Amino acid sequence: MFAEQLKKRDFYAGGLIVLLGVAVALNAYNNYNLGSLTQMGPGMFPMMLGIALTFVGLLILGTALVTEHDPAETILPEQREWRGWACILAGPLLFIFLGQYLGMAAGTFGCVFVSALGDRTATVKSSAILAAIVTVFGCLLFAYVLKLAFPIFKWGY
Amino acid sequence: MISTALTDLWYGFGVALEPHNVMWCFVGVLIGNMVGVLPGMGPLATISILLPLTFGIKPVGAILMLAGVFYGAQYGGAICSILLNLPCHPPHAVTCLDGFPLTKQGRGGAALGVTVISSFVGASWGITEMIFLSPILVKVALEFGPAEICSLMLLGLLAGSTLARGSPLKGVAMTLLGLLIGIIGSDIDTGSPRFTFGIPNLYDGVEIVALALGLFGIAEFMKSVNQINVVETKYTKVRLSDLKPTRDELRRSWPAMFRGTLVGSLCSLIPGTGPTIASFIAYATEKKISKTPEKFGTGMIEGVASPEAATHSSVQGDFIPTMSLGIPGDAVMALILGALLIQGIIPGPQLIREHPDIFWGLVASFWIGNIMLVLLNVPMIGIWVKLLAIPYKYLYPSALFFACIGVYSANNDMFQVGETVVIGLVGYILLLLDFHPAPILLGFVLGPRFEENFRRAMLISRGDILVFLKHPISLAFISVSVLLIVMQVYLRLRKPKMLADEKALDAAIDKVAPAEP
Repeated sequence: MFAEQLKKRDFYAGGLIVLLGVAVALNAYNNYNLGSLTQMGPGMFPMMLGIALTFVGLLILGTALVTEHDPAETILPEQREWRGWACILAGPLLFIFLGQYLGMAAGTFGCVFVSALGDRTATVKSSAILAAIVTVFGCLLFAYVLKLAFPIFKWGY
Repeated sequence: MISTALTDLWYGFGVALEPHNVMWCFVGVLIGNMVGVLPGMGPLATISILLPLTFGIKPVGAILMLAGVFYGAQYGGAICSILLNLPCHPPHAVTCLDGFPLTKQGRGGAALGVTVISSFVGASWGITEMIFLSPILVKVALEFGPAEICSLMLLGLLAGSTLARGSPLKGVAMTLLGLLIGIIGSDIDTGSPRFTFGIPNLYDGVEIVALALGLFGIAEFMKSVNQINVVETKYTKVRLSDLKPTRDELRRSWPAMFRGTLVGSLCSLIPGTGPTIASFIAYATEKKISKTPEKFGTGMIEGVASPEAATHSSVQGDFIPTMSLGIPGDAVMALILGALLIQGIIPGPQLIREHPDIFWGLVASFWIGNIMLVLLNVPMIGIWVKLLAIPYKYLYPSALFFACIGVYSANNDMFQVGETVVIGLVGYILLLLDFHPAPILLGFVLGPRFEENFRRAMLISRGDILVFLKHPISLAFISVSVLLIVMQVYLRLRKPKMLADEKALDAAIDKVAPAEP
């Protein structure tokens, strides 16, 4: 019976919202001054939101518990694109690190190259070519046309 | 009344026709049209990327451009639907049903031609509505005190989250999450940091660009990677001369166009029911009143004309509550409102009086922009069609770079790029759990103003929470909100069939573009 519930998407959806709501309400109550209704302190509004979130989360959870489980329902999509997901998240992270230490050109190249590898049909060569084109175009546009304060090349922090 | 509106409009044309404003408007509609055609890119992500780039230009130009992206994308989206059977943009998903069969019969060009005409008719009506309705709304809204503003926002948020696609409960949850994200940063009254986790970079709050690009950029790319196939471009050879519909096609389209326009303008007045819902209702209406409903789906020109007109009249009408009351109906409008805030302009009923150049300039630019779009779409159809063939695997890495540098350029702060990645990951998890992220943005943009007015209302009433029921206008807004909730509960308990229809529709749209409203 309980194992059945664990397969439902809304079980997790509702649970997540309840957790968030409770955490926010407790945090607001403990760490911030609530004040009075006339003179509301910084904690009052967040606490009200936390309580509202908990309530809505419980409603979602409740609906999940009473509805039949649809066997076709899965939480992760049918095709799990772990490589694609990882590459898309890694691209911007590389942009941050390479951009911070080596400048815009390296950051751009790293970002486009790695995220392009997320596609199943992409090769190292095709990704590198795409990254090179975007780097040249991007640096010209942002450094020369839009004059963004971001050096193209640099070394160290 | 009418004459003042027309004088103001005349003034607006003066603003919109200044050379640099014409240029920004053109840039906006051009980029909009382009991303509209590109499979897998939406106006939401594009406006978020462009938003930081508009910090340097004057407010009027910035708003004209961002608005241009939004309605320009609607023109492009139709091309995608009709020629490729690819509903990349939810408002045009329904156009596929009859548009693509027409393409197979070799009448795709004519369908596109009818689309351009319907779009223009629908948009023109939406703009006219805005010219005459907004001043009236403003006149009423200027009398509002904090209690009324608060109840009105509550109604807007509730309608925006429950009437939009997806489960209403989850919509409300996302709106609350958005309000919560809006709280992060320094408290307006006391200046003490709230929910910043001790990170100084968060003292100014979450950057709207980072939030929007996380939710509609990174999360969206994670959803679509390897899911968008290389498109079939067999039918995409369309020349200028093909666009001309036959006399019979035109005769059948006109009434459908006007019916669609009417449906669209009604939908635009209800917050939360954006262009997508308008186009579906328009198609269903057309099918219902047709003498040959069984022929729909096999290439009826009415099935193209009516939803397209509805989309465009609703897109333009969406600007009415946003610009005159400061209450956005969906995520795109929330972004435009965010752009106004960044430019230091406080949205609300006082906007038309204090910044007539922005309001009337925008209205006038709608017409200029729509004429530009007709001119862009008719002779350049061949170029747009070529864009359809750009594979997604080249598109998303480039878009990711633009997203990164866009967020960075907002404040020259790398921390915010990291913020975007975190929001993107959370956004994707929310998508997996069947939450629609659009209301988050709505709550985020309205949050600070909502809290401020709520506190003020409480202060004036000396802590009497019933003040919202004591003022008649406020009471009216609260009653409508309660009615909305009751209606939702009733529908869910008593009309399971309608619910099933709605779910099927949601699933159909989700397949193509989950995050777009």
